[in-house]
This record gives sequence, C-alpha cells and structure tokens, in this order.
Amino acid sequence: MSVEVITYIIVGLTFVAYIFIGYQNRVRTTSGFYVAGHGIPPVANGMATAADWMSAASFISMAGMISFLGYNGTIYLLGWTGGYVLLALLLAPYLRKFGKYTVPDFVGDRYYSQSARVVAAVCAVFISVVYVAGQMRGVGIVFSRFLGLPITAGVIVGMAIVAFFAVLGGMKGITWTQVAQYSVLIIAYMIPAVAIAWIVTGIPIPQLALTFSDIVPKLNQLQIDLGLIEYAKPFQGLSMLNVFMITVALMIGTAGLPHIIIRFYTVPSVRAARYSAGWALLFIALLYTTAPALAVFAKYNLINELHGKSMEQIETLDWATKWAETGLLKFEDKDGDGVMSLKATPDETEITIDRDIIVLSTPEVAKLSPIVIALVAAGGLAAALSTAAGLLLVISSSISHDIYYRLIRPNATESQRLMVGRIMIFVAVLIAGYFGINPPGFVAQVVAFAFGLAAASFFPIIILGIFDKRMNREGAIVGMVLGMGFTAIYIVGNKFFGMDAWFFGITAEGIGTFGALLNFVSALVVSRLTPPPPAEIQAMVESVRIPRGADHYAEHYE
Amino acid sequence: MADEPQSKAGDGVGYWKANLRLIIILLAIWAAVSYGAAIFLANPLYNIPFFQINLAFWFAHQGAMIVFVVLIFVYAKTMDKIDRDYDVHE
Repeated sequence: MSVEVITYIIVGLTFVAYIFIGYQNRVRTTSGFYVAGHGIPPVANGMATAADWMSAASFISMAGMISFLGYNGTIYLLGWTGGYVLLALLLAPYLRKFGKYTVPDFVGDRYYSQSARVVAAVCAVFISVVYVAGQMRGVGIVFSRFLGLPITAGVIVGMAIVAFFAVLGGMKGITWTQVAQYSVLIIAYMIPAVAIAWIVTGIPIPQLALTFSDIVPKLNQLQIDLGLIEYAKPFQGLSMLNVFMITVALMIGTAGLPHIIIRFYTVPSVRAARYSAGWALLFIALLYTTAPALAVFAKYNLINELHGKSMEQIETLDWATKWAETGLLKFEDKDGDGVMSLKATPDETEITIDRDIIVLSTPEVAKLSPIVIALVAAGGLAAALSTAAGLLLVISSSISHDIYYRLIRPNATESQRLMVGRIMIFVAVLIAGYFGINPPGFVAQVVAFAFGLAAASFFPIIILGIFDKRMNREGAIVGMVLGMGFTAIYIVGNKFFGMDAWFFGITAEGIGTFGALLNFVSALVVSRLTPPPPAEIQAMVESVRIPRGADHYAEHYE
Repeated sequence: MADEPQSKAGDGVGYWKANLRLIIILLAIWAAVSYGAAIFLANPLYNIPFFQINLAFWFAHQGAMIVFVVLIFVYAKTMDKIDRDYDVHE
C-alpha cells in the first residue's frame, strides 16, 4: 500500500471518530452549548485545553522555528507555557467561581457596564478571527503536503468536520473531540521524536538525550564551523531586553486569550479548575519539552546528511528528493563546485531548508513505517481542527450570548438562544474557511496583534477585577483603552507603516508587555480618583474569592 | 492554650491573605526560573556546565517548563489544605 493510501485511511479513521464523538455529545441547553454544562472532569479538561492551545503552528512549525533560533527559541518555549502558571494562580479558579459563560460576561458584570461588555466582545471576536484564519490554512496545508490535494479542497473538508461537531455539540462536543485530538497529536509527535533521538544519540527519551548525550556540543561545533550561530549561546540576533519583553507578552497574552480562559468554565468546581490547569500544562509540556530536543536532533541530522554532498549523493536520499519536489528543501550549486554547502546568508547558501521540514521529514529521515508518516498528517490535522473549534466557539458565544442575549434581546428564550448560538458557530466556520482559502497577506503579522491585544486588554482588567476590590468601571475602561490603544498603534505602525521600533527598540511582538503595564497603572490611578464600585459589585468580588458555592452560584444564574 | 486548635472558619480576611502569600511565593519561583535563570542571568549561567549542555540553556529549553508544571500542582494541593483549614472548601 502506498503512503498516500495509508494516510487517507488513518486520517479518515480519525475524522470518523471526531464525527462520532461530536454526535454522541450533542447538546440541547445553552449551558451545555457554552460551557459543557460545567461537567468536564479535570484531566479531560487538561487534555482538551492542551489540544485547544497547541495549534497547527505548534505542531508543524515550532520545532523548526527553534532549530533556527537556537537559544532564543526560549521565547516560544517559555512564552507559550509560562502563562498557565498565571492562569492557575490568578485567573482560572476565580472565573470558575464566577461561573458564567464568557470572558465579556465577567468584564461586563464586574465593571457594571454594557460598553465594557461590548468592547470585550469585539476584542474576543477580533482575536479569535485572526487566530482561526491560520488554523484553517493549516488544515489545507497538511492536506496538500501529505495527500497532494489542493489547499482549497483540504480547507473545505476541515470546515465540514468542524461544522458538524461544533454546531451539534457546542462546547461539550468540542471538548470531547479535543480529548481525542490531543491523543492523536501527542502520539504522532512522540513516535518520530523518540525514533530520531534513538538514531542520533542512542538515548530513546528525547528530553534526556538533549541533556545527557553529546548532541548539543556536536551541533554547536557544526554550526560554528558553518558560520551559523552557536546553538546554545544566549541572545544572538535578539537582545536580552527583547527576549524578555516577547516572553512576557506571550505569557500574559496566553493567560488573556478567551478560548483558553473559557475552558476553565467547563469543570465542575473551583478545585477542579486549579487541577485542570496543572493537567493542561503537563500535557502541553510533554510536547513543548520534546520540541527543542527534536529541533536539535533534526538540525544536526539535516546538516550531516546534506552539507558537503554532491547532488548525486543527495538524490539517493528518498526523503530529500520528495521534499525538494514540494519546495520545502532547495538545492542550488551557486559556486559550481559540484558540492552543496550550507552557508549563513540566504544569498550564499546552496541548501535552503524550510522550518517546517524539521517535523515533517523526521519520520522518513528516521526510516519509520508509512503508518507513522500517516499519523503525523493526522496529528497536524488534529492540532489545527481542535484549536479552530475552540476559537469558533468564542466567536459564536461573543455574538450570540454577549451581544444578542445580554444586550439586544435579554428576554430571548432558551431555544432561541441555542439556535442563534448554532447559527453563529456555522457563520464563524464560513468566515474561517474563507480566510483559510484566501489568506490575507498579513496573517503572520496579525498573530502578534492577537497576543498583544489579549495581553494589553483582558489580562490586566480580569486580574484587577479579582484582586483589587476598589477597581471600578472608570479605571477599567481607561486602562483598556490606553493599553490597547498604545499596543494597537505601535503594532500597526511597526508592521504595516514601516515605523521604527522607537520604544527602546522593542519589537511589535513584545510591545504587549508595555501595553499591559500601561493598562494596570492607568486603571489603578483613575480608579482612585473616581467613586468606588457599588456595594453589590464588591460583594461579588468577595464571593469570587471563596471556592464554596460555585454550584449554587451557577444555578442561581440559570 | 497555645496548642489548642483554633478554628479559622469564617476568617475570610485570613483566608485571602494565606492565598496571596502562597501566590507570591510561587510566582517568585516562576519568575526566578524563567526571567531569572533563562534570561537575565543567562550570560553568567552560560558558563556553568550542566551535564552536556550549559545551565542557562537547560533552564531555557527544559527546566523552567518542568518547574512550571510542578508549581501549579503545588498550588492546587496547598490550596486544598488552606480551603479546609478555613472551611471554605466545596
């Protein structure tokens, strides 16, 4: 059987499983649709959160990005994990006690302001639309790379699958499919990583092989000989200040992303919210501690197999020929000496390696069976679909719950609300699919925007809403407007209008850190100059701080 | 007497203070392993070998993430006890 046929079978089987799970978990109440009826056990929520969080980019591109950044790859490794500590200690337990459906719910109620609710809903939609466009594109790319399908066809298949389980099952269907998707993606990631660790270092556990084998010193030497950066040496190509600012922005951005926050509404209790944050990070760290090891093994192996070889020698490697056909590997004998050399600058190098090669080519490089190659395709699709589903739910709930129900028609019946929720999630699938097929050229740039905005808007006002009882409507609105305004202007100016990174040389990726600080400081100052929040709001803050009564609170609200 | 068990039930202020104290301690460790060891102290720690790699690189690409996971479970476990002590558990 050819690799393609096996890939169709494995991908097909996982899709049937997702559809089956989605159908089994269809819902008929708004509570089930928005927060899975608060009924998800902590370990399952941890797996669902991990799948929700790890996108096509984490699965396919992250190890490759790290292999080119070397030490500075820590911005992604720590930036995309450290936020979970903030979530577990500062946000998740209290938001679970609050017990409603969305992030704008908390913002609107805590700051007793419909305008704050609308601003929050618009932000949540913007952040999620930006994000989901990349996910649908990811589905199409996986289909085209592994199965040779046109990207458009791949995107449409992905839309159909997500639409089915998200419209029927809402949060409950999405959660249980995410549990299955996590299982698929982690198995698909670990098998090739273990195999290549074993081949390159003789130690089968990637994390141990990275630290205890001599692979890092060998790669360091190889990179220095080629005129590349010394792999394990800090701050080459990015200043210490920028590494710090980007890491902070990604951490607090993570903790402010609505599709992650709402996952903690789905567990039964405050205690479960704390533990499930721990499980989530454990499941994420399994992949995130493997990625930097895989980055080292694959980079070393690629240099070893390709550098200094003639084209005839390279052509004997099946995987090199295959990936050269896709354009992810390029060979060009620029100096005409008959030998392909890897060099530091794009003008001189004769071997061009796309970062996605690091993960995609590993099963073939490690000579694993075609089933593993098929699994990697299924894993990439699982990562993209699970993240897309979580984002689609945020888009739907922001419009159908926060704007339609809380603002426009507060007397809508349960069945009307559910119907609007289903329609909005379907509309969101169409929007995501459109951007997947016609990606705006600026997708990569706007991802920095999503994190910066989450960091500068939601993170500070939620934290202040819980930890500062005196924080009021005036402070929160001024804080949000200043923090977001500054961040948005800086990123748009820097990314689209060629503005210099004038603020201490901080890049657009890192500026959200300062935006968040500006939000905190201005909110605190303004709140102390204006009247305190009403007594019932202060009582609500008191109640959110104490675990007991989470169920009661939720029922009271129904 | 001093060893007589004192009920902390109903002491909402004490509960919140205990929670904040624990959060501050854990976040100090969180900052120390990430911003400290992997960023601000990276240049000196780069010169300290850790098995086959340097200590800064280990924190930046492995160690800090492992510590993060441990911190969350320590928080959850310790809060279980604090919740019971102050009788606010679910």
